Amino acid sequence: MDKVKLRSYLLNALFALVVYGILHALLKSGVINPYYRGVILLIGINAIVTIGLNLATGMLGELCLGHAGFMAVGAYTSALFTLNSGLPGLIGLIPGLILGGLLAAATAALVGVPALRLRGDYLAIITLAFGEIISVLLRSFAFTGGARGLNGIPLLTNFPLVYWILVLTIVAVYMLIRSRHGRAILAIREDDIAAEASGINVTRFKMTAFVISAAIAGIGGGLYAHYIGILSPNKFNYNYSIDYMVMVVFGGMGSITGSILSAGTLTILPELLRRFADYRMLVYSVLLIILMIFKPEGLLGQKEFSQRFAANLIRRLTGREERSAASYDRHELSVARETTRRARERGYLTEQGPGDLGVGGRRRRPEENIPVAGTAVAESEGRTLTRQGLDAGSYETAERKGRR
Amino acid sequence: MLFFVQLINGLQLGAIYALVALGYTMVYGIVKLINFAHGDLMMVGAYLSLFLYSSGLPLYFALPLAIVATSLTGVLIERVAYRPLRNASRLSALITAIGISLLLQNAFMILFSSTPRRFPSVSEQLPVFVIGTNRISFMAVLTVLFAVGLMLLLTAFVHGTRMGKAMRAVSEDMRAAQLMGINVNRIISLTFAIGSALAAFAAILYGFSFQQIDPYMGAMPGIKAFIAAVLGGIGILPGAMLGGFLLGIIESLTKAVMPAGYTQLADAVVFLVLILVLLFKPSGLLGQTTREKV
Repeated sequence: MDKVKLRSYLLNALFALVVYGILHALLKSGVINPYYRGVILLIGINAIVTIGLNLATGMLGELCLGHAGFMAVGAYTSALFTLNSGLPGLIGLIPGLILGGLLAAATAALVGVPALRLRGDYLAIITLAFGEIISVLLRSFAFTGGARGLNGIPLLTNFPLVYWILVLTIVAVYMLIRSRHGRAILAIREDDIAAEASGINVTRFKMTAFVISAAIAGIGGGLYAHYIGILSPNKFNYNYSIDYMVMVVFGGMGSITGSILSAGTLTILPELLRRFADYRMLVYSVLLIILMIFKPEGLLGQKEFSQRFAANLIRRLTGREERSAASYDRHELSVARETTRRARERGYLTEQGPGDLGVGGRRRRPEENIPVAGTAVAESEGRTLTRQGLDAGSYETAERKGRR
Repeated sequence: MLFFVQLINGLQLGAIYALVALGYTMVYGIVKLINFAHGDLMMVGAYLSLFLYSSGLPLYFALPLAIVATSLTGVLIERVAYRPLRNASRLSALITAIGISLLLQNAFMILFSSTPRRFPSVSEQLPVFVIGTNRISFMAVLTVLFAVGLMLLLTAFVHGTRMGKAMRAVSEDMRAAQLMGINVNRIISLTFAIGSALAAFAAILYGFSFQQIDPYMGAMPGIKAFIAAVLGGIGILPGAMLGGFLLGIIESLTKAVMPAGYTQLADAVVFLVLILVLLFKPSGLLGQTTREKV
């Protein structure tokens, strides 16, 4: 592992520990009273489920309207496990959570197989139907307690558990999305035909993302069950699924940071505005429509809070100039050089500038010309090169999108 | 003879699904969008007809007015919410449709509260058929006749008029249709107008058949009507009708077979139908498998 990577991993781990330490100290010392402690736990649980849903909706680009259903599967499974297994405390809860996640994943596979093989929006309707059916089923069976639901679930969900599961979820989803598999998932979102043509097994990756997303929801559901102590089939209804949908869309489709922020905001706001609870769904619906028309990628889009972002922020706040382009990350510049070299080898790039890129038949105007690497200009514009050096493909996608 | 009675019930229910499914299938055929708000437009239609009727207008005047008003609501929704997103990604359009559906449900819930309202009953004034020992309400017959009649009328319109031809052209290829001088926006508005009017028809038949309406009445029939449209083959008008009737019959027969207290499980059976269709014949009963062209 190279040094830079190791340093950033350590920094991230340190960050997670420091945040944990601060919150834990505040909770232990009683600065945060039990009511706010509950709200913090709920934010954590909602953030977990929202990140999971973001994987399916923001990153894969499939609308899932039954996430409450997957939560219900996880919640009932883990609650039944802790109620019946007789294992004490966390020793009973953690296998219960895993079991809940697995069962939610299995359910998702059952629902996903018919819908995800096909192109089109079948997943939306099938998950919508699933969400409605699951509460009917929970109400009909005896072992789920029927319409009364389950009572007396031990309140085992505590802050460290929620916090570290949230961290684990963030790490898992982030690493997935940065991996080869993740790039396949993102490619499917951008254009499933192009992805298929590039040799990506679209159905398989759609299933992977969707099933993982449901598993996370199942774990979130299990945490919720042991946080609230009572489960009723009516809780996991359509509106509950929509809550998470709104959190994903509001925070940013594809942004983990956005999911956490919006889970926080949209958990606290309804608590503060209890008096207007009747209007909540009305406000959400208007919010969804307006966001889609004016900012369809959500507030944060795909932006993430990263170490580079933090470093730049600190630099700007302390009044020091941003790093000059010439001293831009050495790594990026070498990537830029390499890209340009390959481009020239393949004839995409001539000494005169890029000219005809040969893809999509679009000529760049002269003022858009990219300086050739190796010269001083190129070095000072390393950033430009990496961003625009070889993005002929993205022109192609942009045009295709316009055509639809 | 329980079977026979349930069959009639199923046909009556199926006729309502069929009318809603027709609207779904038309809109999907033209703009390739699952209009989640379609079921809720049915609810809007039901409330409008109830209010216009109870405001003292005669029936033959109040109901057509309600249908026109619902139809305009549908056009308005398309104009305000869907048109700006015509070239946006499919996901954005779908989320907007969800938003509209939620907006309608919750706006009506706040305006008229979630307690169900009674719809006027006309069945006392209508004759009852007696076949053997079974009584068949005239309303059931009327519902089925209405649905089939409207479907035939719609098919005639789509296949026999210039407007209908334009509609088919737009559903085939929107760009090419535009290049041929078809006013695509107007055709889409027309589609929403017809679809919403059919939803209003369904609402009135629903009201007279079941006598109870509430702000969420459109949600479940909406899903089922979409399943019906998929079952029959989405984009195909007779398919929507066939799917609607089949689904209605399946639902009422399952309800009859299920032990008391488990009748809700009929919904799960309908859901199973969707899964089976998607697994074995995604193009629907009347649909032909087409290769996707890029």
